[in-house]
Amino acid sequence: MNVILIAVIVLGGIGLVAALILFLAGKKFAVHEDERIAKVAEVLPQANCGGCGFPGCSGFAGACVKAADKGSLEGLLCPVGGQPVMEQVADILGMKAEASAPKVAVVRCNGTCESRPRIAEFDGAQSCKVQQMLGSGETACAYGCLGCGDCVAACQFDAIRMNPETGLPEVDEEKCTACGACSKACPRGIIEIRLKGLKNRRVVVLCNNKDKGAQTRKACSVGCIACQKCVKVCKFEAITVDANLAHIDAEKCKLCRKCEDECPQNAIHAFNFPPRKPKVEAPVADAPAAPAVNPVPNVEPAKEQEKA
Amino acid sequence: MKTFNIGGVHPAENKLSAAQPIKVAAIPKQAVFSMFQHIGAPAVPVVKKGDEVKVGTLLGEAGKGLSVPVFSSVSGKVNKVDAVLDSSGTRRMAVVVDVEGDEWLETIDRSDKLVTMKDLGNITAEEVVNRIKAAGIVGMGGATFPTGVKLMPPPGTKAEAIIVNAVECEPYLTADHRLMLEKPEQILVGIQLIKHAVNCPKAYIGIEMNKPDAIHLLTNLLKEKAAQYPGIEVVPLKVKYPQGGEKQLIDAVIGRQVPAPPALPINVGAIVQNVGTVYAIYEAVTKNKPLIERIITVTGKSVKQPSNFLARIGTPMQQLIDEAGGLPEDTGKIIGGGPMMGRALMSLEVPVTKGSSGLLLMTEKESRRGEVSPCIRCAKCVSACPMGLEPYLLASYTRLKDWDGCEKNDVTSCIECGSCAFTCPSNRPLLDNIRVAKQTVMGIIKARHMESITKK
Amino acid sequence: MPAQNMKPIISLSPHVHGGDSVQKNMYGVCIALVPALVASLYFFGVGSAIVLATSVAACVLFEWAITRFILGREKLTICDGSAVLTGLLLGFNLPSNLPIWIIIIGALVAIGVGKLTFGGLGCNPFNPALVGRVFLLISFPVQMTTWPVSGQLGYVDVETGATPLFIMKEAIKTGDASLLNQLPSSLDMLLGQTGGSLGEISALCLLIGCVYMLCRKIITWHIPVSILGTVFVLAGLFHLIDPSYANPVQVILSGGLMLGACFMATDYVTSPMTAKGQLIYGVAIGVLTVLIRDFGSYPEGMSFAILIMNGFTPLINTYVKPKRFGEVKK
Repeated sequence: MNVILIAVIVLGGIGLVAALILFLAGKKFAVHEDERIAKVAEVLPQANCGGCGFPGCSGFAGACVKAADKGSLEGLLCPVGGQPVMEQVADILGMKAEASAPKVAVVRCNGTCESRPRIAEFDGAQSCKVQQMLGSGETACAYGCLGCGDCVAACQFDAIRMNPETGLPEVDEEKCTACGACSKACPRGIIEIRLKGLKNRRVVVLCNNKDKGAQTRKACSVGCIACQKCVKVCKFEAITVDANLAHIDAEKCKLCRKCEDECPQNAIHAFNFPPRKPKVEAPVADAPAAPAVNPVPNVEPAKEQEKA
Repeated sequence: MKTFNIGGVHPAENKLSAAQPIKVAAIPKQAVFSMFQHIGAPAVPVVKKGDEVKVGTLLGEAGKGLSVPVFSSVSGKVNKVDAVLDSSGTRRMAVVVDVEGDEWLETIDRSDKLVTMKDLGNITAEEVVNRIKAAGIVGMGGATFPTGVKLMPPPGTKAEAIIVNAVECEPYLTADHRLMLEKPEQILVGIQLIKHAVNCPKAYIGIEMNKPDAIHLLTNLLKEKAAQYPGIEVVPLKVKYPQGGEKQLIDAVIGRQVPAPPALPINVGAIVQNVGTVYAIYEAVTKNKPLIERIITVTGKSVKQPSNFLARIGTPMQQLIDEAGGLPEDTGKIIGGGPMMGRALMSLEVPVTKGSSGLLLMTEKESRRGEVSPCIRCAKCVSACPMGLEPYLLASYTRLKDWDGCEKNDVTSCIECGSCAFTCPSNRPLLDNIRVAKQTVMGIIKARHMESITKK
Repeated sequence: MPAQNMKPIISLSPHVHGGDSVQKNMYGVCIALVPALVASLYFFGVGSAIVLATSVAACVLFEWAITRFILGREKLTICDGSAVLTGLLLGFNLPSNLPIWIIIIGALVAIGVGKLTFGGLGCNPFNPALVGRVFLLISFPVQMTTWPVSGQLGYVDVETGATPLFIMKEAIKTGDASLLNQLPSSLDMLLGQTGGSLGEISALCLLIGCVYMLCRKIITWHIPVSILGTVFVLAGLFHLIDPSYANPVQVILSGGLMLGACFMATDYVTSPMTAKGQLIYGVAIGVLTVLIRDFGSYPEGMSFAILIMNGFTPLINTYVKPKRFGEVKK
C-alpha cells in the first residue's frame, strides 16, 4: 500500500512540476500572431505551391493581412483557389476582392519528335536545366522544349504530363491552377500562364523560336518564321511580331481563327473549339494553296488543318 | 615532388599525339570568326558584307567592359555578319569570310627569327600590355579570360610570382607539350615580357612529370643561358588532375591557397598564364601579330593520325578532322577541349576559336555514361574534390532544390573540374547537378546584391 | 547538321569515367575477406562452410524476393554484390555451430529490416549485417554465445569453450589478474587458434584483407587506424592502472575488434564522409568498445559501439566539413 502511495505521490509530483514549467514556458515564449492570419490560412487551399509568389499558404496569408492593413488586396491572388477563395479572404479581412479572369498554363512549343528532328543525343542527368547548358540541346532549336520534364516535376497538382509520343508536356486544363510553378521551372520560358478565354477557347502561337525564319524552318517544321501573315490577316490588331516571333494578345483576340488558317507553318493553334465543318466556299482570296516548305505532318489530333 | 594538397584524380593519360610535330593546317575555304571567343562582353563587328579583309584585319572591336578584339586569320571577302552556330551549341554573332589567297597585313613580321628582349630595346611595361590588349589575346588553356586584364594587377596587389601553366593535365591533349618542345626560346622571351609588364622578378614554369623531354629541354636551356633568362625556374610536378586549374597550380608551385571567390590569384601575389598564351604574347609583342592562329590537338582512340595542328582561328573542325585522317566510323562524341572539361559539340561546322585547345573524337562505346545506381556514400567524391567540397551533398541539395544549403556548402567555389563525377562508382551525374546549383545560387547572390544596391 | 548522318552524343563534362563501380568495391571487400574465410574453414571446417553458405544464400534470396515482390522493383539489385557482402559479414559474426533456422532469421532481419525498409543500398542508417547479428545476439543469447573451440571441424556436437573475451570479463569481474593466464598466447590469437565467431578469430588474415582494401583504395586508413589506436591506448591505460584488465595487444587481437574495425565500421553507407569525421567516428567506436567490454554486461562491445556510432553518422556529416580550399583558419 505504502509503495503505491509513494509511487503516486512521486509521479504526480513530477507531473505537476513539469506542467508548471510547461505552463510558464508557454507564457514566456509565446509568439503573438495576428489571429486573422490563421483565419485566412484556413480558407486557403494549403497546397503550399508557391504559385502566389509567397513561401507557402501561411506566407500568403500574412501578406494578405498586411495588405489589408494598408487598404487594398490588389495584386494578391491565390492562383489555386482563384476568385472564390479570394472572395472568402476578402470577407475575413473586410475588404472587396479584385476581379480576375481565370488563367491556364500553355506550352508554347509544338516541336514533336516528328516535326523537330533530333540532331544529337543527350546523355546525362535528366533535367532540362542541365540540357539547357548544352546550347540548343538535342534539336537544332535553341528555344523549344527540351523534354526532360522539369515542369512535370514542378507541378504540385499533377496537371502536366509528358506525352511519350510527342516528347512534349501536356497540360490537363481541369487540374491546372495556373500557379506558374511550371513556367518558372522551364529554363527556356516556354510555358505561358495565359487567360483561359471565353468557354476556355484560346488561339495561341505554339512556338517560342526567336531565330530568323530560315533558321527556324531548318530546325523545326512547325516553328514561327515571323512571316507576318497572321498580323496582316488579324482585324483586331491582336497579333504582334517581336524578335522574329508572333504573339497573340489574349485580351484583344476575338477567337476568329483566321490567323490559324493563314499560318503557313501551322504554328498557330486553336484550343477547345468544336471540330470544324468542312468548308464549302474558299476562305480568303489570297490564302496560299500550300505551305512553301515540305508538307507538315498532322501532329495535333485536336486540329483539322486539311484545306478543302 | 610538388603537387596540390587537396583531392585530385589520375585519369588515363592517353597522350596519343605527344610525338607528333606541329603541322601547319591548310587555310580553310571559308572561315568563321565568332564574336564570343572570350569571357566577358562580345566583340562588336566592324566589317560588313562584301568588305575585303587581309590576315590581321580587325573584324570586331572589343566590346564594353571586359572584352577583346577579334582579327581575321585569312584574306578574302566578308560573306556575312550573322548569327552562326558556334561551340556553345547556339547561334551567336560571327563574321564569315570567304577565303581568297593568303595576303597578310604588312605590319606583321612573318619571319621565324627569334627576337630577344635586347632587340626590343627600352620597351615600357605599358607598351607591352597595350600590345597584348590590341592583339586580342585571351587565356588559351580554355578559360579564355582576357590576358591584358590579368596583367594589370588591381591597386593594392602586387605580382610576386608569374606561374606559367604548362601542366596540360587534361588527358589526350598535347598542344602545349609540343609547343614547348618546338618553341622553347620564344616561350622564355614571352615569360620575360610578362615579368617586365607586371614588374615581377620571379617566374615558374609548372610542368607535369609526364613530359620529361619538355622539362629536360627547358631546364637545360635555362642553365645554358642563365644570364639571358634570369629568374625563371622549371618546376616539375606530380601527375595529378586538375593541376592545370589556376588555384591548384598556385598551390602546387608556390604553396599558397587562393581564398574563396571573390578573391583572385593576384590576392596571393600570383599571375598564372598558359604556355600557349605566353607564346601568343611573344608573337604579339615582338612580331606585331594578333591572335590569329593557335595549336590544337586533334585526337581520339580511333583517329587515324592523331596530330597537333597550327590552325588558323576560324577553320572549321571538319577540315582538321579530314587532315587527321577523317572522321572515324565509330565516333560517338565530338569534344572541343579535353575529356575532363571540354564541351561536347553538336556539329563539325564549329570553327576553331581562341580557346580551342583540342578536338577529341570519342568512340561510341567510350561516349556513353554508365548506368546510374544509388549513392553508396563511399565518400570518394569528397576525397577527390580539389576544392574540399562535398559533391554528394551538393548534388542531393540540388535534387531537393535547397539552394540555401548549396550556398552554405560553398557551391560557388566549385571549379567544375569533374573529379567527382569521374570518380563516382555509382556513375552519378554529380557535376551536372552541381552546375545547376552553382548557376542558380550565383543568380540568387546576384539578385540579392542588386536588391541591396537599389535599397541603398 | 553535320555532313554525316550521325547524331553525336552530347553531355556535360567530364566525358570520361574512372571505371570504378559499386560491384568492384563490393566484390573487392569480398575478396579481402577471403583470407579470413580460408582461416575459418581451416579452424571450423564444415560448420563454417554451412553457416557461411546459408547466410550468403539467405541474404541474396531475401534481397531478391523483397525487392521483387514487396517493393515491386524491376531492376535486379542482387548483382551489385552488397547482399553477398552482407551475407558474408553476417556469417563471419556467427558461431560455427549455429542452427540454420537462426541464421535465416538473422539474414531476414539484416536484409529486410536493416537494409530494405530504408530503401535499399545507400539508404540504410545502420550496418545491415550488424543489425542482423545484434538481433540474433539479443534474441538467442545462448546459441549466439556458445562458441566452439577452434579446430572442431564438425557442425553438430562440437565442444564449446570459453572465449578470450569471456576470460577477460571474468578477470575484471573478480579482479583476479591470474585468470588472465588462461588466455591463449598473443600468437595464437593472431593466427586464430582460439574460440569465437567463425570469421573474427584470425586477426592476421583480417589484417591482410584490410591491407588489400587499402591498396585497392576501397577504404581509407582513417577508420581502422583510429579504432585500433584508440582501443590500444585506452586498454593500455586500464592495464597499467589495474593489471586485472588484459594487456592491450590481447585486447586488440580478441573478439570481433579486428573484423569490426576493418570491415564493419568501414561500411561505406553508414560511416562518415569526411576524413575528419571518420577519425571522430573511429575514436568514438574505440572508446565505446572498451567501455562496453570492461564495464558493460556483455563481454563484446564492438557491434554495439559500431551501431551506436552509425546513429551518429548523419550528425557527424552535418557538423564536420572537409577543409575547403583556401579556407583561412579562424
